[in-house]
Amino acid sequence: MIGATFTNAPSLHIDPILMDPSIHIIVCTGAGGVGKTTTAASLGLRAAEMGRNVCVLTIDPAKRLAQAMGLTSLDNTPRQVPGVCAPDGSGSLFAMMLDMKRTFDEVVESHADPERAQQILTNPFYQALSSSFAGTQEYMAMEKLGQLHVRAEEEGTWDLIVVDTPPSRSALDFLDAPARLGSFLDGRLIRVLTAPARGAGRGLGRLAAAGFSIFTNVLNRILGAQVLSDLGTFVAAIDTTFGGFRERADATYALLKDRGTSFVVVAAPERDALREASYFVERLRTDDMPLAGLVLNRVQDVLDPEFTAEQAGAGAQLLEEMAEDETSVAADEARLTAALLTLHAERMSLAARQRHLADRFTAAHPGVPVSAVPALAEDVHDLDGLRTVGGLLASAL
Amino acid sequence: MSDRLWPDVALHVVSGKGGTGKTTVAAAMALALARDGRRTLLIEVEGRQGIAQLFDTPPLPYEERKVAVAPGRGEVWALAIDAQEALLDYLETFYNFRRAGTALRRMGAVDFATTIAPGLRDVLLTGKAIEVVRRKQKNASDAYDAVVMDAPPTGRVAKFLNVSSEVSGLAKVGPIRNHADLVMGVIASPQTAVHLVTLLEEMPVQETIDGVEELRKDGLPVGGVVVNMTRTPVLTERELQAASEGTLPADAIRRSLQRCGLGAHADDIVPALLEEASDHAQRVALEARERQRVDALGLPTFTLPFLAGGVDLGGLYELAEVLSEGGVR
Repeated sequence: MIGATFTNAPSLHIDPILMDPSIHIIVCTGAGGVGKTTTAASLGLRAAEMGRNVCVLTIDPAKRLAQAMGLTSLDNTPRQVPGVCAPDGSGSLFAMMLDMKRTFDEVVESHADPERAQQILTNPFYQALSSSFAGTQEYMAMEKLGQLHVRAEEEGTWDLIVVDTPPSRSALDFLDAPARLGSFLDGRLIRVLTAPARGAGRGLGRLAAAGFSIFTNVLNRILGAQVLSDLGTFVAAIDTTFGGFRERADATYALLKDRGTSFVVVAAPERDALREASYFVERLRTDDMPLAGLVLNRVQDVLDPEFTAEQAGAGAQLLEEMAEDETSVAADEARLTAALLTLHAERMSLAARQRHLADRFTAAHPGVPVSAVPALAEDVHDLDGLRTVGGLLASAL
Repeated sequence: MSDRLWPDVALHVVSGKGGTGKTTVAAAMALALARDGRRTLLIEVEGRQGIAQLFDTPPLPYEERKVAVAPGRGEVWALAIDAQEALLDYLETFYNFRRAGTALRRMGAVDFATTIAPGLRDVLLTGKAIEVVRRKQKNASDAYDAVVMDAPPTGRVAKFLNVSSEVSGLAKVGPIRNHADLVMGVIASPQTAVHLVTLLEEMPVQETIDGVEELRKDGLPVGGVVVNMTRTPVLTERELQAASEGTLPADAIRRSLQRCGLGAHADDIVPALLEEASDHAQRVALEARERQRVDALGLPTFTLPFLAGGVDLGGLYELAEVLSEGGVR
């Protein structure tokens, strides 16, 4: 009853995307609390059961969902989910949960000699950056995606990576975070901060050199000398190690723009979630990133769409009035029926409101295909549940 | 009406899992606390302009603006805190450095401090909130009777508020450290209460339970739990039982439909009604289970109704009224 009746947008056909061998990456993104992780896991499972070798990268799954995929330990490497394959025996499903700090540590270890790596890993500034910087999670999610992609190409372990994006303040953060961190580490400020080690102000130009001492003075007073020196040491160590953070950020960004990538924007039929989805769709368009469509989770389904809220409400009112004047069995029956009609009316009005919001989204983005997934009575926490969601995702009318 | 809760709290921090309606609850709380001629300030820290959307006003600048009036001539003001502006504000207040701001911005230092430097951003955001909480009027009374913060979601709120520990790895001494300690002195005191918003669903309730534990571990004062978007049950216990077992009397329902003029479509309507009743019973049972888990926390709990027409200003007053009845005033 959902799908064609729910929205006037074109239908999102997910199966052709999952089966398209030229698609290697699917990115699920959207506001927090809209079911991104469940969507990513369901897509991954469905693709695996259609014969693809899939790796699902999740960021922060709910405990029971993680258990459903066999993710009991956090070891930052993909683990195979046992017993998942296509009917002909092909296909497989791997899953992993991102460990942000570990991923960062690995980046350091793989790019620096042991001595220098140790120097970086024990630096207080690095420790704070790798465990608490608001953009680190986004950056590391993209870093991990890049690593998995390289491994997939070299070893052929996977031919499809499904990634769930971090629960950012704004869904756009994860696109910007790598570039931001990259531009910081490659940027002017870093050159200034590391300048004392190279001889103050060298290469900065006369004007900048003049401003430089004022600048370090300010920083000294605000941050304190100890922070500044920790920062300087960190930056000097990392500067010579990473060979250009920006290059890495650019490579990840290019990977996301590639035709082998497909973005799935996830939302719930609520104002805020759809507003986020709208921003994201616009941003993907601006950046020329390949958008598959919108998955609309938790949609109220309607069992008898021709039986309107008004009809049900009027019937309920009439029956309640009748029940007041009676004290018999008929009154109990009338009361019960009135209650059921009220339930139906509430359901219809909720569905109408959701449809209104979905229509507004479609009016703003007419070409974006939509798949509406009905609200389930209970949360998903096993493979069967994910299979059900996958089926619903694919059955957009 | 229940007794007035948290009479000495000056800063109410409202958090909750994404999608639970924490911005709405924060706004309703600011309205409830502004009753009877008081003045409250509602602040947001995530740059989403959620308050402006809720009150249907143009985007809020980095400036306190009146957004609503409360019953009994109370006033709700609002402020969207922006980390960059807060940094320049901080530099001006403490160092008279405003003019250096432009130079710092050009160097990328402002961007660095507010987006890259770990913990600094949070110190700036919470620091501004604390500045407002401590601000006095000329006659030495508090500038606001209460400040309500629409905070980051439950998963991040303890870390966000625990600014001292966030900067401790970095700055063991120095001005930043002092500032963080000052902020922490208010946040980790009886002057603050952190409230968590949830729905009666498994994941939000689990996050609430985890959040309470985390806040307590960090020594942050937990306030109450707000159960949002609840519906009034329309069926009795026995009817719910029958609905889930599929034993509701179909014939009786058919008879009643005939009496109210819906008999002609009964063949379509009855099965739909029975299935919807069964869904409803399942949902009610799930909510009851989750409600027990919320109650087990032993915290003051408020139950807000689901607003069928969506949240508008009228709806906010309705929610504020429920909070006031429950002791938030």
